[in-house]
Amino acid sequence: MSFPLLTATAALPAIGAIATAAVPAARRTAAKWLALLFSLATLVLAIVVLVRFDPGGDRYQLTESHAWIADFGVRYELGVDGIAVALIALTALLIPFIVLAGWHDADPSPSSQLRSSGGDPKETGNKRWRPTQGFFALILAVEAMVILSFEATDVFLFYIFFEAMLIPLYFLIGGFGDRAHEHGEEKGATQRSYAAVKFLLYNLAGGLIMLAAVIGLYVVAGNFSLPEIAEARANGTLEMSTGTERWLFLGFFFAFAVKAPLWPLHTWLPNAMQESTAPVAVLITAVVDKVGTFAMLRFCLGLFPEASKWATPVVLVLAVVSIIYGALLAVGQRDIKRLIAYASISHFGFIIMGIFAMTSQGQSGATLYMVNHGISTAVLMLIAGFLISRRGSRLIADYGGVQKVAPVLAGTFLIGGLATLSLPGLAPFVSEFLVLVGTFTRYPVIGIIATFGIVLAALYVLVLYQRTMTGPVKPEVATMPDLRVREIAVVAPLVVLLVFLGVYPKPVTDIVNPAVKQTMSDLEKKDPQPEVEAAK
Amino acid sequence: MSATAAVHSLWTTAAAVDPISKIDAPKIEYGQLAPTLIVVGAAIIGIAVEAFVPRKSRYYVQLFVSVVALVAAFAAVVALAVNGYATTKAGIAAMGAIAVDGPALFLQGTILLTALVGLFTFAERRLDPEAHGNRVDSFAAQAAAVPGSDSEKKAVKAGFTTTEVFPLLLFAVAGMLVFPAANDLLTLFVALEVLSLPLYLMCALARRKRLMSQEAAVKYFLLGAFASAFMLFGIALLYGYAGSMSYAVIAQVVEGTVTDVTPALAGTMGNDALLLVGAALVVMGLLFKVGAVPFHMWTPDVYQGAPTPVTGFMAAATKVAAFGALLRILYVVLPGLRWDWRPVMWAVAIVTMVVGAIVAITQTDIKRLLAYSAISHAGFILAGVIAATPSGISSVLFYLAAYSFVTIGAFAVVTLVRDAGGEATHLSKWAGLGRRSPLVAAVFAVFLLAFAGIPLTSGFTGKFAVFKAAAEGGAVPLVVVGVIASAIAAFFYIRVIVLMFFSEPHPEGPTVAVPSPLTMTAIGVGVAVTVVLGVAPQYFLELAGDAGVFVR
Repeated sequence: MSFPLLTATAALPAIGAIATAAVPAARRTAAKWLALLFSLATLVLAIVVLVRFDPGGDRYQLTESHAWIADFGVRYELGVDGIAVALIALTALLIPFIVLAGWHDADPSPSSQLRSSGGDPKETGNKRWRPTQGFFALILAVEAMVILSFEATDVFLFYIFFEAMLIPLYFLIGGFGDRAHEHGEEKGATQRSYAAVKFLLYNLAGGLIMLAAVIGLYVVAGNFSLPEIAEARANGTLEMSTGTERWLFLGFFFAFAVKAPLWPLHTWLPNAMQESTAPVAVLITAVVDKVGTFAMLRFCLGLFPEASKWATPVVLVLAVVSIIYGALLAVGQRDIKRLIAYASISHFGFIIMGIFAMTSQGQSGATLYMVNHGISTAVLMLIAGFLISRRGSRLIADYGGVQKVAPVLAGTFLIGGLATLSLPGLAPFVSEFLVLVGTFTRYPVIGIIATFGIVLAALYVLVLYQRTMTGPVKPEVATMPDLRVREIAVVAPLVVLLVFLGVYPKPVTDIVNPAVKQTMSDLEKKDPQPEVEAAK
Repeated sequence: MSATAAVHSLWTTAAAVDPISKIDAPKIEYGQLAPTLIVVGAAIIGIAVEAFVPRKSRYYVQLFVSVVALVAAFAAVVALAVNGYATTKAGIAAMGAIAVDGPALFLQGTILLTALVGLFTFAERRLDPEAHGNRVDSFAAQAAAVPGSDSEKKAVKAGFTTTEVFPLLLFAVAGMLVFPAANDLLTLFVALEVLSLPLYLMCALARRKRLMSQEAAVKYFLLGAFASAFMLFGIALLYGYAGSMSYAVIAQVVEGTVTDVTPALAGTMGNDALLLVGAALVVMGLLFKVGAVPFHMWTPDVYQGAPTPVTGFMAAATKVAAFGALLRILYVVLPGLRWDWRPVMWAVAIVTMVVGAIVAITQTDIKRLLAYSAISHAGFILAGVIAATPSGISSVLFYLAAYSFVTIGAFAVVTLVRDAGGEATHLSKWAGLGRRSPLVAAVFAVFLLAFAGIPLTSGFTGKFAVFKAAAEGGAVPLVVVGVIASAIAAFFYIRVIVLMFFSEPHPEGPTVAVPSPLTMTAIGVGVAVTVVLGVAPQYFLELAGDAGVFVR
């Protein structure tokens, strides 16, 4: 038996979470370094996974399989295909930056310290209140669960982590909100817990619907192993009536559509992103939401190919609505973080459209998009977070002329913005182009409408930049410091990666494409035209 | 006919019972009845202790006797199970009165462990401030003293404590041990009374808020007496129908395979009206104990008014015992009537899940909230009961074991959060608890997440087992309703977590008392079981699976 690499990749951040949480209350800085260390170690393991993965090899590699709950037919089964490898790498890559960007986000705020020393003898229990340790431990816990849900090839195992990751996220949103609040701290706390509860209830409801479908799948198939069920479906040993398949598909798809999020189930995302700190917002959109789109590709298309084809028209329409609606609402936002949230909804529309276009360009574009969107959103959101922490406001109108005061901040913000609007030469362009081409070859009308999303993206990004960074310097902004060393260390590598993948996406597409071909052959779909090798 | 018989053999095995033809000296299998006998014996010793041991040392003696009895009884259950009485040697003991089989032993083991953990919370004496230099527990100084009277003050001053709760607890446990194992209707009824009467008493014994506690006891007693009366009437009708109290004989008459008919009863025997009404009344009595809608009215009041350790014990152990008895009635006595009771139980399960979840949303008292949560959980368990398959039985057994430890742990945490008036059960007082004492709040959050059925807790495993069984039994709509009810229920569990972690603490909020190792053990066991059954449930699922065959 070989070294369980996949388990180790997920176990490391889990151990890190426990270790970080156990750091004594007074040693806050130690907790931060510990979390950073564990996230970097996880990145190293993820790179090992990337290297050991053979794109031309078996469909699921580095597999592990152990008995777990035999009574439920559940096994602890891990395995990665190219898509999962790419997303695990993205996750492991982003977490250290998230930790670094959130370095000071969970320091006890001066006001709460004041309150706790306010002479109330009962407050002595506060000595054990360790927000900093909790913050970083929760981030690592989310990382562990996200990685496991990318790795799981057992539906039940996937479901467990898909659901369980909501709990640490919920505490991250509700417990460590953005301090820059226009209505003061008291109101901020209320809105924060509202956002956290909304997040949890939406996702929990989606998850529970999926639970019914998971149980249904068990009743039909008798086990939860994705490769086994897919094979039994393919060679005809597992019959599933059309009605059953469609119901099960809907149960799964609903949960993933909430998570992704797809219009009209998207409304939790703007609240959650607005109220959480920038690193947590990045964690949600760039990392956690990818589990939703990934799961559509792996479980919806993998388990229920016929029902997926049946649902395609509706899903595509919803995706296009997401693209246009998200972009339109982004144009109208006054709040920087809400704007980025709606932009993300628009981009998730592109990803879902690419998945359900059922062409190889569309799907490899969508997978590439998941990676690129993760990086570009991280850049944009983290710099927005730095900006907001300087001024103490999230409103676009409170800024102006920042580029004269803080040129590095403004410059990197512009790069992040341009990546978001898919400027050629930056990473998202390739993926967006592939998605559009892939969609257009099969569904021209949908493809044409989606293109307007790009136009709108240019509008919201450039207007945002113009209003905040250019023009006369506002007095409140005049003393704003430029990016600090820590902040540059966060942004610079990500910007480099954006440019690199924009010019040379081959490393990612090489890993992803074989997996996409497999999915396509599961669907028994052929590309409508002679296949074009994607983005060579 | 043969088809029905084949189906039944899935969850029953045949056991030879000699029909009572002449009056013999009763043959009692003392070994197989040891768990119950030990507990009853210890309860009687407990009464003697009250009479003869000096007041100062009674508490310690009682605690010792009770712990020894429960541990010994549990050891006896394990010994019986290891020796095959749960599977191959399962049979009927005590002249047909008691069944010793898998479900009975599994439930008895669960009840005994729950009672042991519950006992620790009963014995806790560090939470209330000392009264006149005497350590006191959650129970009234002198139950007979009128609240607020001089005699009460005198009793408090003298440092009296109601150590009678220990034998009362043991008697209740003895009743609970017999209840799911009862193999004829009279034994069932006697067991019901033996378990209920001590519970009524213990509900009235709160040290604080005594009037509320007594009110709760009266309500519980009155409604419980009604339920008992209904049940007794149902038993009488069933006797009229079948001419026997024995489960096996009634089942034979229901199926029409009865061999020897007493001439005197031949007239009424097989009268379906008697059967249907009788069965409905008996099941109604059991549903009352379970706390299923529409027989749930007592639950919130009693849970709120009773001393919290009693509430925890009652919520956990009574539910286990009552569901055990319900399972046996439905699977052993009435399987032939399946097409009649299943639709009714469907309706009861759906209403129970939905009403429990919805009404809980508006609650402002933590004990009432947990009461409604208990109601909706009863609905989930009923979904497994309805499955009418072997996996239905074992899923219910597993759920009961998982649920009872979460419940007892949760109520043990409730006893810790206190202000000047005793336990601070109003939800607004729990605001900011996560900042004041993160550990206690985190532990309570674990229990709430288990109630909500979040993966990696025992609640999820149990819920999955029950829903899976229901879906396999063809009750897919029930699963869908259950899932929706879970989503609704999640809302109010989450609301408490929000309160604890995301709200600012009140300056004059409650304090969290530091308990003795007793309560710490109770809570620790609760957390440990919750996590273990969530992460590595396989062994316990197998145990429940092996135990899932009734003897007949």
